[in-house]
Amino acid sequence: MRAPTDSKIAAGDVLLAIENVSLSFGGVRAIRDVSFDIRKGEIRAIIGPNGAGKTSMLNVINGFYTPQKGRITFKGKTRNKMRPHDAAAGGIARTFQNVALFRGMTALDNIMAGRTLRMRRGLIWQLLRFGPAMEEEVEHRRFVEEIIDFLHIPHIRKVQVGRLPYGLQKRVELGRALAMEPDLLLLDEPMAGMNLEEKEDMSRFILDVNQHFGTTIALIEHDMGVVMDLSDRVVVLDYGVKIADGTPAEVKSNQDVIDAYLGVAH
Amino acid sequence: MKARSTRGKIREDSAVAKHAPAEADTFPKLLIHNARVRGDRVAMRHKDLGIWQSWTWRQVLDEVQTFSAGLAELGLKRGDKLAIIGQNKPRLYWAMCAAQALGAIPVPLYADSVADEMAYVLDHAEITLAVAENQEQVDKLISVSDRLPKLGHIVYDEPRGMREYDPKRLIWIDDVQKLGRKRLEHLTESKAWMDGVIAGQGSDLAIILYTSGTTGRPKGVMLSHTNVLVSARNGNLFDHLGEDEEIIAYLPLAWVGDHIFSYAQSYAAGYCVSCPEAPETVVEDRREIGTTYAFAPPRIYENLLTLTMVRMEDAGPLKRRVFHYFINFARRWGEKILNRERVPLYARLIYKIGDVLVYGPLKNRFGLSRIRIAYTAGEAIGPEIFRFYRSLGINLKQLYGSTEASVYITAQPDGEIYADTVGKPNLDVDIRIADNGEVMFKSPGVFQGYYKDPERTGETKTPDGWVHTGDAGFIDAKTGHLKIIDRAKDVGKLSDGTLFAPKYIENKLKFYPNIREAVAYGDKRDFVCVMLNIDLVAVGSWAERNNVIYGSYQELAGHPLVYDMIAKHVEEVNRSLAGEGPMAGAQIRRFLILPKELEADDGELTRTQKVRRGFIAERYQPLVTALYDGSKEADISTEVTFEDGRKGKIEARVAIRDVQTVPVPAAMGKAA
Repeated sequence: MRAPTDSKIAAGDVLLAIENVSLSFGGVRAIRDVSFDIRKGEIRAIIGPNGAGKTSMLNVINGFYTPQKGRITFKGKTRNKMRPHDAAAGGIARTFQNVALFRGMTALDNIMAGRTLRMRRGLIWQLLRFGPAMEEEVEHRRFVEEIIDFLHIPHIRKVQVGRLPYGLQKRVELGRALAMEPDLLLLDEPMAGMNLEEKEDMSRFILDVNQHFGTTIALIEHDMGVVMDLSDRVVVLDYGVKIADGTPAEVKSNQDVIDAYLGVAH
Repeated sequence: MKARSTRGKIREDSAVAKHAPAEADTFPKLLIHNARVRGDRVAMRHKDLGIWQSWTWRQVLDEVQTFSAGLAELGLKRGDKLAIIGQNKPRLYWAMCAAQALGAIPVPLYADSVADEMAYVLDHAEITLAVAENQEQVDKLISVSDRLPKLGHIVYDEPRGMREYDPKRLIWIDDVQKLGRKRLEHLTESKAWMDGVIAGQGSDLAIILYTSGTTGRPKGVMLSHTNVLVSARNGNLFDHLGEDEEIIAYLPLAWVGDHIFSYAQSYAAGYCVSCPEAPETVVEDRREIGTTYAFAPPRIYENLLTLTMVRMEDAGPLKRRVFHYFINFARRWGEKILNRERVPLYARLIYKIGDVLVYGPLKNRFGLSRIRIAYTAGEAIGPEIFRFYRSLGINLKQLYGSTEASVYITAQPDGEIYADTVGKPNLDVDIRIADNGEVMFKSPGVFQGYYKDPERTGETKTPDGWVHTGDAGFIDAKTGHLKIIDRAKDVGKLSDGTLFAPKYIENKLKFYPNIREAVAYGDKRDFVCVMLNIDLVAVGSWAERNNVIYGSYQELAGHPLVYDMIAKHVEEVNRSLAGEGPMAGAQIRRFLILPKELEADDGELTRTQKVRRGFIAERYQPLVTALYDGSKEADISTEVTFEDGRKGKIEARVAIRDVQTVPVPAAMGKAA
């Protein structure tokens, strides 16, 4: 559907590297000296019990938090301080644990909003609604329609998002993130609050996104079955420390992971 | 053909192109004819990525021809069976003609059937090649393919998610067409293709349609090109359908109704068929197209009406009053105006105002603003629902047909519409009523037989060509129309001899938006009992307005206030039955509300959503017993199948209510 925006990194190479990252809020040490990497084209899961620092980790990756220590290398460039919009411009998109959409706008407009960063015409042209701005809009609309088709949501194209059931809102949110054509897609608990059927649908969409668009995906998820089925590699955090990293099978048989989930005293 | 033509395109002077429609006795020949006489008219539309894409007859011919040649390249040949599985997509319709051009026989399957059901048909029909819409259908095919040694290639329409499959076995339609194009480049091959089309005859098998059947295994109804074509042409003549009609194809491909309306009649009349974007967008898509001819089972009309009524209850008081005033007005005068009867001027004026304020917008909502003819068939429609649509000025008519007849048996001519008849025999159709009251017919559409089942063919079709419909009915003396009472085998008698027609009672109950499904029992019993399904949308909205709190379908279904409300409906039905002569004795004494919805996946409904009364009686045996032994409640535990095929259990205590019946003089209602 599109050419990768950065052709220098081939599938399987490291797309994002986290090295010795630590993050604390006052006295609370949310992440302690964690290192791992995300390779291009894979589905990478970040799991761990409640309060393990998973969402903090995601916020570090997309620039919402700046870690006190450590180094983050994205697409071969080391970055120090960045803001979320820099991350977005740099090719990182995300969805949220609790849906964050424009509730009064239609599903179509919400997903179109994801194209904003790729629109080049200025405000004046946009207001005129003809010429280059119109052409640009048509082009973006076509891309958005492909996403709508991809996520099986043509029937809600023109429905206000606030009126949609939760499972569909989640899908629209995924659509908006996809509209950015990200190099790295961060999903914060994509299955939270879903019933079994919705979970199965969402799993299939995540796999399809990974396969069809070649998008690298990092996801946080509680549902172990889902994680084990979906991901290529899993990193496990507990109390801000990395306790395991490997394939789902390796992680599943790791004693530290079992202890963390069953709650052994520390 | 001149040597210059390498693509096997149909030239105007070729033998087939000269066929007049009457000589175009097969669908591929008819397609070639259409491409010649109306080549630039739009034949098919499909909404894709939010935009209507269209194909002219000439383009359709090109698509079908390349597809067909590609299938030949994959090994499909005369007499082979090609399965077609999926929703209404242009390329699935083209697959039918592509197969027919080779002399192969298309076998469409219900897209929502589970893999097991599919396996039976695929095996029985000896399918060698399958065309599937998408990954979902391909997955089902693959899951049962080890049971189907004959099945070779699987051709798919939607490439999404198909990367990891065996590329030797699976092939995308685009690639099939590429193969076809290449093959047609050879003059000998393109000539061979054309010769194949010319060799086809009206008496060849055109299609095998498997009927879901209320009992037993599905039967493969074999129809010839002549069967389908003559039936379609007669249908077109009957309703004066021409190339300007617009229809939307949204019913299952495996249903004979869709095959006639969206394929055969379109080919015969040359009108355009539009495929919706997704099953969920049909109403909106229909509105955009502005269909002139429509066809739907009663359920579709019921659902539209229920949805409207529920939404109106949520509207503001002013809107609600305006709505109810004009709807009541339309009930009184609308049908008379539609039937061109004499109507006072003031009524016409107020009806016009109503048309601007209510009827027009409502028809627009339904996507029926431009409708010329709308049929309801497949099952009896509630008279109130029927009259409602007609009162709005929608020319809704009834039709009686079957797969074995290539649809048409009887239909209502314009201007002769009655809520309780199914019309007059269609062109070339003869009807007679057997001694046991069963309706029998004979027509050019009469099927060739059930595939590989001479025994059941013999039971249904007499040697001189009469077909048993299995329905009990009579010809109304006043109108000359056929009236259907019920399935012949379902019409029973209470133990005191009173006539008991379960479908008749069920339809009366289902008229209420709150009641989604009803199953009546009474044959050889002392009195009539019913089991009901509430309609979650309608009752849910009622619960919201009445502060009834519930956590699940099961809880809502068992709520005492819901029982009170439903009991009122049942009593109304009894009052209505009391006024209907022979039916008066079969009033409902007791009822219960089932804790789960009746589902086709659990085998309780057929795939065309008809209730399977016998099966339900077995499955809910403790409830049926309790209905008749006077208990106030009963326990039931039953298995449910979820949409993904896994199974679960539902356990519930179900309350049983007695309802008042209306006394009738003892002499009435008894069978003589």
